[in-house]
Amino acid sequence: MTVVMEKPGQPGQTKQAEPPPPVAPVRRISRSMVVGAILVVWLVLFAVLRGKQTLSLAAADLTDLHRWLNDVNDSIGADRNSNPLFLYGFNEIRLVIDNLVTFVQDLISQPSGDRPLPQIGWLGVVGLAGYVSWAVANWRVALLAVAGFTFLGLQGLWQESMDTLSLTLSAVLVALLFALPLGVWAGLSERANRIVTPFLDFMQTMPTFVYLAPLTLFFLIGGASATIATVIYAAPPAIRISAHAIRSVPATTVEAAASMGATRRQSLLKVLLPMSKRTVVMGINQTIMAALAMVTIAALIDAPGLGKTVVQALQSLDVGTAFNAGLAIVVMAIVLDRVTTAASGRAEAARRSGNPLLKWRRHLLVAGGVVAAVLVYLSHTYLWAAEFPGDGGTGSNIAKAADNVTTWAQDNLSGLTNGFRDAITNGLLNPFQTLLTDSPWWLVGAALIGIAVVLGGWRAGVTTAVCVGLLVATGVWSDGMTTLASTLVATVLVMLLGVVVGVWMGRSALVDRMVRPTLDAAQVMPPFVYLVPFLALFGATRFTAIVAAIVYAAPVAIKIIADGVRTVPATTVEAATSTGCNTWQIITKVQLPMARSALTLATNQGLIYVLSMVVVGGLVGAGALGYDVVAGFSQGQLYGKGLAAGLAIVLLGVMFDRITQAAARRTSN
Amino acid sequence: MARHWRAGAAGLAVLGLTLTACGGAKVGDSSEAGGSGSSGKCGTFNLAVNPWVGYEADAAVVAYVAEHDLKCKVTKKDLKEEIAWQGFGTGEVDTVLENWGHDDLKKKYITQQKTAVEAGSTGNKGIIGWYVPPWLAKAHPDITDWKNLNKYAAEFKTSESGGKGQLLDGDPSYVTNDEALVKNLKLDFKVVYAGSETALIQAYRNAEKNKQWVIGYFYEPQWFLSEVPLVKVDLPAYKSGCDADAAKVACDYPVYDLDKIVSAKFAKSGSPAYDLVKKFNWTNDDQNTVAKYIAVDKMTPDAAAKKWVEANRDKVDAWIK
Repeated sequence: MTVVMEKPGQPGQTKQAEPPPPVAPVRRISRSMVVGAILVVWLVLFAVLRGKQTLSLAAADLTDLHRWLNDVNDSIGADRNSNPLFLYGFNEIRLVIDNLVTFVQDLISQPSGDRPLPQIGWLGVVGLAGYVSWAVANWRVALLAVAGFTFLGLQGLWQESMDTLSLTLSAVLVALLFALPLGVWAGLSERANRIVTPFLDFMQTMPTFVYLAPLTLFFLIGGASATIATVIYAAPPAIRISAHAIRSVPATTVEAAASMGATRRQSLLKVLLPMSKRTVVMGINQTIMAALAMVTIAALIDAPGLGKTVVQALQSLDVGTAFNAGLAIVVMAIVLDRVTTAASGRAEAARRSGNPLLKWRRHLLVAGGVVAAVLVYLSHTYLWAAEFPGDGGTGSNIAKAADNVTTWAQDNLSGLTNGFRDAITNGLLNPFQTLLTDSPWWLVGAALIGIAVVLGGWRAGVTTAVCVGLLVATGVWSDGMTTLASTLVATVLVMLLGVVVGVWMGRSALVDRMVRPTLDAAQVMPPFVYLVPFLALFGATRFTAIVAAIVYAAPVAIKIIADGVRTVPATTVEAATSTGCNTWQIITKVQLPMARSALTLATNQGLIYVLSMVVVGGLVGAGALGYDVVAGFSQGQLYGKGLAAGLAIVLLGVMFDRITQAAARRTSN
Repeated sequence: MARHWRAGAAGLAVLGLTLTACGGAKVGDSSEAGGSGSSGKCGTFNLAVNPWVGYEADAAVVAYVAEHDLKCKVTKKDLKEEIAWQGFGTGEVDTVLENWGHDDLKKKYITQQKTAVEAGSTGNKGIIGWYVPPWLAKAHPDITDWKNLNKYAAEFKTSESGGKGQLLDGDPSYVTNDEALVKNLKLDFKVVYAGSETALIQAYRNAEKNKQWVIGYFYEPQWFLSEVPLVKVDLPAYKSGCDADAAKVACDYPVYDLDKIVSAKFAKSGSPAYDLVKKFNWTNDDQNTVAKYIAVDKMTPDAAAKKWVEANRDKVDAWIK
């Protein structure tokens, strides 16, 4: 049996070396057969070689690489007062950013100078928020902004919210300063784009925990470090999206400008930038969202604001308080998201709405500006307008309600959830993890490379080979495989959920409208908030980490799949209905197959999002790479290992991304 | 047109507000006595706050006394140990109030970089060990002796422990020899890393409520013990030096004399806050009381400190004399 099953595997692999057969359908069948064959060979060899050359490493053990990284870290710390790079480089950067942060904080959140309160009190901030939203977008989102900001005050979290807002604003400002020129450059030059992309991948997938400690070494504790950490994480979307915006301006338009004698500079300023403005604003929107996602993590290096409240509440397992602060982050995110989204479409909307209002607009803007200025003045001068009135009773009610819901769920659902957990863990996760961690490393590596070649082609295979090699070099191979197993299981569950809810939303606009806010909230709510309830429901296990990852990653997959299903032409669906297909048949035979490229994109994004939760998983019992990263942040002698584990997460991410993207290109061709 | 009217109405409303507000209290009107004038002598006192509630209690009380009795301007910084110690050299942290051993950090920052110095004991005794929930100790009294642990190993099995009993460890910053202990005491257990103190506490809370089998790492003084009084399991008694080789440890953890570390600069500054830190000394019960105010009764650290200080004026007076 084994011999027979083993044979088709090897010819299958070598067959890839030959030019692919010309008929597409035949190729697809053979591809899945080859993957199957690889898996069978792997299983057979696993049965023989189990437990050999697994490269496992105990929690406290280090490799030479880890020790070397420790030494580098120590030597940087030891001569930071004499090193010119510090004296004239990092210290100057720190000073500038620190001043910026302090300036914004003095303005809206912290007592400044001799004043016991910030320069602009709550009424001024609410007024400004409303005015600016109205000026850049429309009056509907202005109302939303006013209501949202007032709600923050009612929650009893005014100052914390303003601290978070000032940090977010500073970080977004600094990020855009670099991101927009870089994005334009990457949009104009294909080579620049190719240079920038790997760095962006790195910045987005490297767990923040890894660079928090070194950042405080370079930029000291406090606002500057927190801002820089946020910038590193938040800048990439703006770069990517503005590059994309420039690139997607129709070539004919640029040519037309050139034929009329425009210089490069003129065509950039007069054609490319104005035409891509809308998309660039979407990039800024994404950067703001990413910055807000960093709020809780930055709190670990003393960044002020809502994140601190969440982290402190977590220490005493105070779910209610954590939820209240998390909700404030969600509200702020929703306000900023809707305002920037509306802003990107404002010019168009205004043009459509006709002239009479446009004529008045300038006057109205001035009038609104005067009103806002009066409000700012009032809030600067009078106590009642500076300090948010009331005792934040709404906040404590929200906290109490959240506590009650959590307690109810814990008391009534834990029998159910434990059964579900054990079924998934024993049926899916454990066998899978054993296969990955107990196989010799070269066998797993070869199988991964083989699958990559079959699904994604030779380029994907080479990338995978490099990643496997580097993963071995990091010294955390075994932990990497444990994490890989949980990640893949989580992604499978994300896709299941994604297909079910995505199809449901894609088929009904009403469902879409009702579910979407929940998805938004799930993406923005800091994971620290729902860790405690999940711990109560599922215990400190790998499964808890998987559930947390699903909450974060499923919304993305659902949204992408819903869009994919919705773009299936209505005529196709009607045609299928008229031939007598029932709903189930339409979904499985028409809508899902036609949305295949959306499904692969959803898998890609789902995987990347799941990977970004690995560290959070380490906090609730997932162990492996996530734990290594957190440990590196907490203990000096494990610093190098944490860094290596962070690199391993990046490598896993790059590997997955390249394989799934290449596979997506192949299926869409 | 409609918009114009709306703006006009809003403008009028604001004007009205302005007029009615003329009598309102102005910002900075009542300049408090504790303002900038009297903080000259003490100056700014940078206090690191490490992330566990016991430490928060220490910090709350010291900060309260420094602010109210010494008129210092206290800046609390929420940091993990490693990063807090880094701050000694850069002048951003003056004091770490509750240090658990951490000989590696002492070597690096006190002996090598000379940026920090010791400032004596807090009076708290740090006890680390393996604990079980009270119901378990009551149902099986012999479980508190490590020799009987293998007998019960099968009961501690979980989905994470690979067929052995599960020994749950917590936050990676904890001082732990548990993997070596399991190996050297030949226990049929596997150390599973919960990854955070939150996860550990939640595990014990569930275990006590639902009568589940849990054994794991824990420590005193800790606020959670006032909610669920965990019972310590006796490991082979600690003898000085029995933990010298980390790989061969087969004895219990020593009782840690928790101590205070200050930056070298701060020690020489002559600040009254330094004298306060040096004299600060209280018991595990004191700390647990304040920690309970914060974690269980959900008081703010400042209010919790106020309540304790007012009830223990004599102790506080001894620190600031």
